[in-house]
Amino acid sequence: MTRRVAITGVGVVCALGHNSREFWQALSQGRSGVAPLESIEPGLLRFENGAEVRNWDPLRYFDEKETGLLDRFAQFGVVAAREAVADASIEWTAELKQQSAIVTGSCVGGQCTEDEGFVNLYRKNIPRVNPLTIPRTMENAAASRISLEMGIVGPTYTVSTACSSSNHAMGQAFWMVRNGAAPMAIAGGSEAVFSLGFLKAWEAMRVVSPDTCRPFSKDRRGLILGEGAAMLVLEPLESAEARGARIYAELVGFGMGSDAFHITQPSPDGAARAMLAALADAGLAPEDIGYINAHGTATQANDATETAAIRKVFGWHAEKLRLSSTKSMHGHTLGAAGALEGVATALALHHGILPPTANYNEPDPACDLDVIPNQARAAQVEYALSNSFAFGGLNAVLAFGRVRR
Amino acid sequence: MSNEELTERVRRIIATAQHLPEEKVTADSTFAELSIDSLDGINILFAVESEFNINIPDEAAQSIRSVRDVVDGIAKLLAEGPGGNKEPVQV
Repeated sequence: MTRRVAITGVGVVCALGHNSREFWQALSQGRSGVAPLESIEPGLLRFENGAEVRNWDPLRYFDEKETGLLDRFAQFGVVAAREAVADASIEWTAELKQQSAIVTGSCVGGQCTEDEGFVNLYRKNIPRVNPLTIPRTMENAAASRISLEMGIVGPTYTVSTACSSSNHAMGQAFWMVRNGAAPMAIAGGSEAVFSLGFLKAWEAMRVVSPDTCRPFSKDRRGLILGEGAAMLVLEPLESAEARGARIYAELVGFGMGSDAFHITQPSPDGAARAMLAALADAGLAPEDIGYINAHGTATQANDATETAAIRKVFGWHAEKLRLSSTKSMHGHTLGAAGALEGVATALALHHGILPPTANYNEPDPACDLDVIPNQARAAQVEYALSNSFAFGGLNAVLAFGRVRR
Repeated sequence: MSNEELTERVRRIIATAQHLPEEKVTADSTFAELSIDSLDGINILFAVESEFNINIPDEAAQSIRSVRDVVDGIAKLLAEGPGGNKEPVQV
């Protein structure tokens, strides 16, 4: 039994807003959420900017007891899932709750909680660590909380594959709905990166930009870290149509693979293989793709390698493709990146508007594709890809299709 | 510190970081000759920063391709002194 899979609900929390409406508004206006860091004292890091979720008051969404149980990354995930489920207007039946899946991605789970606990232990010599540290830090905290809160008891788990986490999560949820293993799925990812200990580790990697995120631009100086979550509701197209649900887009293919090349350096071959696998899974030819939401981290290595990989897969059609990196606006949210970019891609197909690559200054011969510089473009494309490539060489690519209204 | 002394210390740091016999690492070795990739490179700079208590800016780090580049870079940062090079962050 193979079913077509529709995206009928989306939810977002990120630097661009606390819901998907604000997210899309910023993306379609090319407005970047990169700003001076508020959560870290100035002068402690070589970089000063990030894409933080602003004005986050957990008590707007949770009572005090719940807040104590949930790290920031899990709060983002739960709030995004609530929005996605409300957006999809699902009527929960006992059977649906019994069988629906929840698959989330996260790279580092509740590391802010961990960092705080270790500061107390090692620096303030407080000999006890908060007993809620373990349930707060586990990478599956968001998935488990969504399950508890909504009473969904089907396949529920979390995937952690660095920057590809949520594309892997969404890909597996998509396959479960497609092959009938689940009648519905909530899938996506969430991440909260802004603790001093974790940011120092990124500083040491020497890949974070001292100013902003300029993907594919010759003067790019590295990535900008971001935080947030995005969740999508996936269900069979047929039942979505039968219940008259609004359908943003179809998920049509998923491809994944490993570089087996280097622990941090990307490989064009591995990235190309994942894109080809997604096309094959979708039964599409390269010429069918009109837009790619690129991994586009704005590091020297990624953007040139991704360009080479796209040229390898698409050949002459690469000249006609449009791509953009929305990380220029919502930052690199690691394990939530694929989910935010998946929502961006679905909404791009839905609205017929391709979000731009913001902060773009000058063409780079090593990134010589149409990257939609700075201004969104009205264009109705039929099929799109969303790329995620992770440290560790793990690649995951999703293919989306437009639904005619 | 003399240039020779500085070079010796850098050779030792690189040999230790790369698990190489010290005689393999000469003042004229390039990173490519020693099979030092980008991740090895930032690991070496981390060791250098700790040893000399200096901060190497990202931009300078990107242009380092040889033992001599490391030595020259350190000499420049040490010459600039505390005024030219922000004290390492104490947290």
